[in-house]
Amino acid sequence: MRDRYVILAALVLFFVLVTAPVWYARAAGEKAGGPDVKLPTQEKACVMPVDYMRTSHMDLLISWRERVVRENIRTWTAPDGTVYTVSLSGTCLKCHTNKAEFCDRCHDYAGVTPYCWDCHVDPAAIARSRP
Amino acid sequence: MSISRRGFLGAAGLSALALASKSTLDALGFEAAPQEPTSAAAGTRWAMVVDPRKCLDQGDCTKCIEACDYAHNVPHITNPAHEVKWIWKEPFEDAFPFLEVDYAPEAFREQPVMVLCNHCDNAPCVRVCPTQATWKRDDGIVMMDWHRCIGCRYCMAACPYGSRSFNWGDPRPAMASLNPDYPTRTKGVVEKCTFCEERLAVGQRPACVDACPARALVFGNLDDPEGEVRSLLRARFAVRRKAELGTGPAVYYLV
Ligand code: HEC
Ligand code: HEC
Ligand code: HEC
Repeated sequence: MRDRYVILAALVLFFVLVTAPVWYARAAGEKAGGPDVKLPTQEKACVMPVDYMRTSHMDLLISWRERVVRENIRTWTAPDGTVYTVSLSGTCLKCHTNKAEFCDRCHDYAGVTPYCWDCHVDPAAIARSRP
Repeated sequence: MSISRRGFLGAAGLSALALASKSTLDALGFEAAPQEPTSAAAGTRWAMVVDPRKCLDQGDCTKCIEACDYAHNVPHITNPAHEVKWIWKEPFEDAFPFLEVDYAPEAFREQPVMVLCNHCDNAPCVRVCPTQATWKRDDGIVMMDWHRCIGCRYCMAACPYGSRSFNWGDPRPAMASLNPDYPTRTKGVVEKCTFCEERLAVGQRPACVDACPARALVFGNLDDPEGEVRSLLRARFAVRRKAELGTGPAVYYLV
């Protein structure tokens, strides 16, 4: 019974050390949350409701790809009736001009690396690299 | 009627052999008759007519090649083993090896001819592709789906024209300027001419046809009897590359 205080003190120290990152982040004023993506400023809405886009944009892109390459249909009508030209670089990146701070930032956060850009061109990147 | 055990086994063996040989022959490609271009699907069959003489008159002109290479981000690789080509110049002799013109002057035999994918009716590349990354569209175009290509190169082995190229490395460093409107390809995929299906889809003619200053390349619908392609073929004699193989090429060369 004599070492009760030692044990309690060690427990408190242990608790403080284990939760230290949380206190540190609190103290530094950071807040947890998703990636800080840069949304388009000119446009109001995406091609589909934002909840759908957040979870299923890859499915939409795959269906777009099948549409163009295999069915040779180059337009797509959104549920709200707007007709879009089907193009990854030409349509998605026309609104989301900043691929690095939109697509890439969220993908880095989520730990995914779509291989699309091995072939598809980010128009902003070549504009920058052009002398 | 009674049948002996021996007779039954003999007949069964012979029929099995007959069945097996039929499928073996089919597998080897010995079909009853090679398909000739008769496809009348949906009334459109894209085809090209090349006038080699008009082309030769232009000397060292490479405008069609440049237009195509820019439109599709085709890399310029100097190592001939790794070259990527959609439309290019091939010495006459190599383009038409079966047209044996023994006494043709040396100069003529080595003249270049524009060659590209023939968009065959009975395309061997389509038959061998294990992933259907290449297939025949209803309008005759032998299309490529680069997303599905696994780089096995069976199609390259099957193509008798050498119309397909493999990307042995990342092609991007070998491009002088990048066209943002068309994706590049990547290491490990095969590529070839698509008759500019992305331009046809928006009502334009293929880039090479538009770029030719001599109108030596004519593009049109082979199924339209009044079309430019058919009237040219009516007016002049034309040959196709290695048509005797039964591939049914859709690129015609005026003589
Ligand atoms: C091997 C190269 C390559 C890769 C990798 C690739 N693409 Fe493509 N993609 C192409 C080419 C070439 C076309 C053009 C076909 C055409 O215009 O007919 C295309 C067309 C498309 C199209 C329709 C037209 C356009 O220009 O956008 C979509 C959508 C598309 N790809 C989506 C994707 C997505 C999503 C990925 C990644 C998951 C991807 N692609 C990866 C080569 C590639
Ligand atoms: C007409 C312009 C426009 C086009 C075209 C467009 N987007 Fe969007 N996108 C937006 C806007 C604006 C938002 C933000 C919407 C909001 O917050 O309500 C958005 C949101 C998103 C989001 C959700 C981001 C988040 O807040 O988590 C994703 C993912 C996305 N877009 C992907 C795509 C893809 C992939 C394409 C191509 C298929 C595409 N977008 C085409 C304008 C566009
Ligand atoms: C809000 C975050 C977010 C944004 C913004 C975002 N993505 Fe994604 N994306 C994801 C997540 C998460 C995945 C992985 C989903 C999975 O693996 O199930 C993903 C997967 C993908 C895939 C499939 C990758 C694969 O290998 O299967 C493609 C293609 C893709 N995104 C394209 C885009 C493009 C193009 C943009 C920009 C226009 C974009 N994304 C913007 C979160 C985002």
